[in-house]
Amino acid sequence: MKTFNYHSAKEVKEASKLASSNSAFLAGGMTTIPSMKLGLATYKDLIDIKGIKKLSGIKASGKTIKIGATTKHVEVAKSKEIKKAIPSLAALAEGIGDPQVRNRGTIGGSIANNDPAADYPSACIALNAIIHTNSRKIDAEKFFKGMFETSLKNGEIIEAIEFEIPQKSNYQKLPNPASRYAVVGVYVAKYKRGVNVAVTGAKSCVYNAKDLAGALSKNFSSSAINNVKITSSGMNSDIHASANYRANMVKTFAQKAVDAC
Amino acid sequence: MASLVGSRVERKEDKRFLTGKGRYTADINIANQTYAIFIRSPHARAKIKKIDTSKALKASGVVDILTGEHIAQDKIGGLIAGWAIRSEDGSEMKCPPNPPLAKDNVNFVGDPVAVVFAETLDEAKTAAELVKVDYKELKAVVSLADTMKSEAIHEGIEKNLCYDWLLGDRQKVKEAFDKADKIIKLDITNNRLIPNAMEPRACVVDYNTASEEITCYTTSQNPHLSRLIMSAFGGVTPENKLRVIAPDVGGGFGSKINLYNEEIVCSWASKKIERPIKWVAERTESFLTDTHGRDHITHAELAVTNDGKFLGFKNETTANLGAYARVFGTVTPTYLFGPCATGVYVMPAAYSNVKAVYTNTAPVDAYRGAGRPEATYTIERIVDKAAIELGMDPIEIRMKNFPTEFPFKQTLVHQVDSGDYVAGLEKAKQMSDYDGFAARRKDSESRGKLRGIGVTTYFEACGIAPSPVVMMLGCGVGLWESAEVRFNPTGQVTVYTGSHSHGQSHDTTFAQIAADELGVPFENIDVVHGDTDKGTFGMGTYGSRSLTVGGIAIINACKKIITKAKKVAAKMLEASEDEVEFKDGEFVVAKSNKKKTIGEVAFACYLPGVRDEVKSPLPEGEEPGLKESAFFDPANFSFPAGSHIAEVEINPETGEVKLDKYTAVDDFGTIVNPTIVEGQVHGGIAQGVGQALTENAEYNEDGQLITASYMDYTMPRADDFPEFQLGFTCTKATTNPLGVKGCGEAGSIAAPPTIMNAVINALDGQEISMPATAEKVWKACKELKKSNAKAA
Ligand SMILES: Cc1cc2nc3c(=O)[nH]c(=O)nc-3n(C[C@H](O)[C@H](O)[C@H](O)COP(=O)(O)OP(=O)(O)OC[C@H]3O[C@@H](n4cnc5c(N)ncnc54)[C@H](O)[C@@H]3O)c2cc1C
Repeated sequence: MKTFNYHSAKEVKEASKLASSNSAFLAGGMTTIPSMKLGLATYKDLIDIKGIKKLSGIKASGKTIKIGATTKHVEVAKSKEIKKAIPSLAALAEGIGDPQVRNRGTIGGSIANNDPAADYPSACIALNAIIHTNSRKIDAEKFFKGMFETSLKNGEIIEAIEFEIPQKSNYQKLPNPASRYAVVGVYVAKYKRGVNVAVTGAKSCVYNAKDLAGALSKNFSSSAINNVKITSSGMNSDIHASANYRANMVKTFAQKAVDAC
Repeated sequence: MASLVGSRVERKEDKRFLTGKGRYTADINIANQTYAIFIRSPHARAKIKKIDTSKALKASGVVDILTGEHIAQDKIGGLIAGWAIRSEDGSEMKCPPNPPLAKDNVNFVGDPVAVVFAETLDEAKTAAELVKVDYKELKAVVSLADTMKSEAIHEGIEKNLCYDWLLGDRQKVKEAFDKADKIIKLDITNNRLIPNAMEPRACVVDYNTASEEITCYTTSQNPHLSRLIMSAFGGVTPENKLRVIAPDVGGGFGSKINLYNEEIVCSWASKKIERPIKWVAERTESFLTDTHGRDHITHAELAVTNDGKFLGFKNETTANLGAYARVFGTVTPTYLFGPCATGVYVMPAAYSNVKAVYTNTAPVDAYRGAGRPEATYTIERIVDKAAIELGMDPIEIRMKNFPTEFPFKQTLVHQVDSGDYVAGLEKAKQMSDYDGFAARRKDSESRGKLRGIGVTTYFEACGIAPSPVVMMLGCGVGLWESAEVRFNPTGQVTVYTGSHSHGQSHDTTFAQIAADELGVPFENIDVVHGDTDKGTFGMGTYGSRSLTVGGIAIINACKKIITKAKKVAAKMLEASEDEVEFKDGEFVVAKSNKKKTIGEVAFACYLPGVRDEVKSPLPEGEEPGLKESAFFDPANFSFPAGSHIAEVEINPETGEVKLDKYTAVDDFGTIVNPTIVEGQVHGGIAQGVGQALTENAEYNEDGQLITASYMDYTMPRADDFPEFQLGFTCTKATTNPLGVKGCGEAGSIAAPPTIMNAVINALDGQEISMPATAEKVWKACKELKKSNAKAA
């Protein structure tokens, strides 16, 4: 790891001001630190945002759950409010990585990083999330732009993620046996207006599987998607899973999620 | 005093390891030390055209930068293969030179070409990036199946072939096959593994300019041998000027048997730059450069009669050595593999033919089990296949071919002194509720799952020793072990052993056996290992040899102590030696209450006189002091054996395999500490299950290791395992006074075929290769569905 300057910010404004094209915010550090150690990333400045009180915590209203950006995975997993309002979201957090990762990693860091195999992005899409930053509100669908790419601007800080409470929902993933990231993860959420099906791990970026969602909106049962064709084009292929296997697993895990709703 | 052998004494090591007080090589710092960073080849195969260090040498904090040129100038020798193997045609094996820093050619990604020493680690890293190495890339030879058809990697080594070795009698096998009712054929791959010791390799070297002595702290399984090789072959410095210390070592599994490039380079360089040096591998370096394990392709054939009797066995294997032949690299796929390939069975005729080849991948060497897991996988998979093809139960076919009389002359080499394979399998069958499997399978099916059961019966040859035998087979050294036992004047005991503990709990086990021999309390016995300045010499720890060889040396040294102490005690008690009996730490004169404790005798040995009188407790000619040493070279290997049975449940929708039950019944002869032995079995099974279900070292066609981190290389985790059910049977080894057999490798030997037989059983006999990952199993499940549909 190369030497860098460490800053501990107490206010969002201060953190934003310190940011440059050669800096990163330090939340859980579960992505940033390993990349720096491996020499995959170097930064001149690391701006620690864990000390900014405003960024952490869970707030439930009748319709939404709002989670502060630096809230740790373990806090989401254990939260009574979340377990009650959106149990599948708590379960998702419980399934991230391992205890060490869950004790440090944060929801804001996870979605800012937008790893194609991360779990939270699927929750954001399926649960109609709004990403609150220090300058605007962004719809989840517009937030995740591509592999490790989001619509965040330089120095823009995620303050909270607000999820709409669904009638029913469930998240099922086939974990990568080594890292426990999603080889394929499917988040199904049912609202009065219709069903969302968000898929992570399968392609270069999380996506809304409109065909599956459409079929399920008409008939919310796992057999409703039996005949939906899922092609392997555009699917990831690596040593853990071929594109063809992933395509098949998208449907299998969507069905599992529907059955578990 | 109750015997400690057989009791669950708490580990002496626990306090230190569980409270973070272990002292590993990376914990050691020497004033004024420099930090080393190795520059490694990014290519699997290339010519080094030029190394330009000029810019790097000027960087901040740089002390020196050394390359292969410097190594050559100083005539520093390279790494060596410890065993010379001969081909079937009588020719000697072919080994390429393996200089500690490559000068002309690099042969795998990670091959070191230069080293930077700087005042801080950061400065060393920064400077390393400024070293410019100009390579001419060459086409890498990676695929094991195609190696012999590829261009030769090393000059003068045609077909990349190190040797083409044969053990057994081709003619006899042919005759046996001619008589067979059926020939079972099997093609298998033994997947390549990365040992992944928890502690990465490291060394800290200190050169003393006054005494001219080099002290090298290192992560080694056998420091004495490292010193010998560094002196005799490396030419770093004479043996008496080199001290090698392997302090606490966090796991080795065979990967730390070898002396590595970094240890030679840092030892040599410390003298050259006259500064202490510290080097600690990063995890990526461990993945790339620790020796890997397994990596065989095998074609096997088993000749059987219709009623399931084995007549003959053929084993044709290609083994990957990686880029260079290392210490146990050449013997692992031959004498540690070939003989055991006929398994626990009476096999009238057999041969093992192994072609060992070089590829542009990391060197492959011993990894927990070394050769015996590969052998057991081969025979146990083909025996199961025979059972399937003959419509027999897997237990029945095994029982039918077990030897029932011991000693048992195994087909290819070994004279197995003791065992009872029937009893072991019976016990495993009962403990695993084998007969209840059908009901459990039904239950799984009702939940949409497939369930399979797998059986393995194994024996292995470990406790590697008899020096005359191993040297006859090509080993470069004798594999005896030494021990020294010292009494302090005040009665405590220090045991010095040439074995090395890197997770095996020798401090405890060795103290237990010494306590029994000497009648001294366990608490008063300390075990010292891992330092070439402490203790005589040693051959280190691997091949489950520590207790069966090293432990017996301790016992023999203790016996010598008692012999001497008895003479002294007799004189002190004014009795004749025959009248004195030693029991529970006391020398007692028969039919009297006259006695001396061993502590009193030790005290007298060190203070042999009294006030006002010229009188010695020592018999005439006896030296003062109480200290003895012994070398032990057993008459044979030891032959643990056992039966393992596993059940897996498969989700056919996803291909995920869940290990649901695991029963292991092992015969390790006498068990000194059941808790420690169970721990060894647990760890071995975990690694074996890892090989079967998750672990795989994969190179792409350019020779880049694509599983070079834990994000891609799948280690098994605690939540992948059910509670293991362990049982033991006991037939004592007849070749050592304790009756012990090795226990360290059994789990990793037996588990892979046990698991794979279970997976294949769940898949109705469909062949599948290790590791049985979700996608592979899912595909097999689809095939199964298709063929079942066809049948219906
Ligand atoms: C071994 C391992 C296993 C893992 N397994 C999983 C898994 O199964 N599923 C999964 O989803 N993830 C997994 N992760 C990733 C984990 O969830 C991380 O927590 C996450 O990727 C990053 O969160 P962090 O808080 O650690 O972010 P950091 O590493 O601190 O930051 C990551 C990036 O996000 C930016 N950032 C952080 N916070 C903010 C903010 N508030 N506003 C704007 N930008 C911000 C930083 O600038 C940086 O670029 C795993 C990680 C590891 C190391």
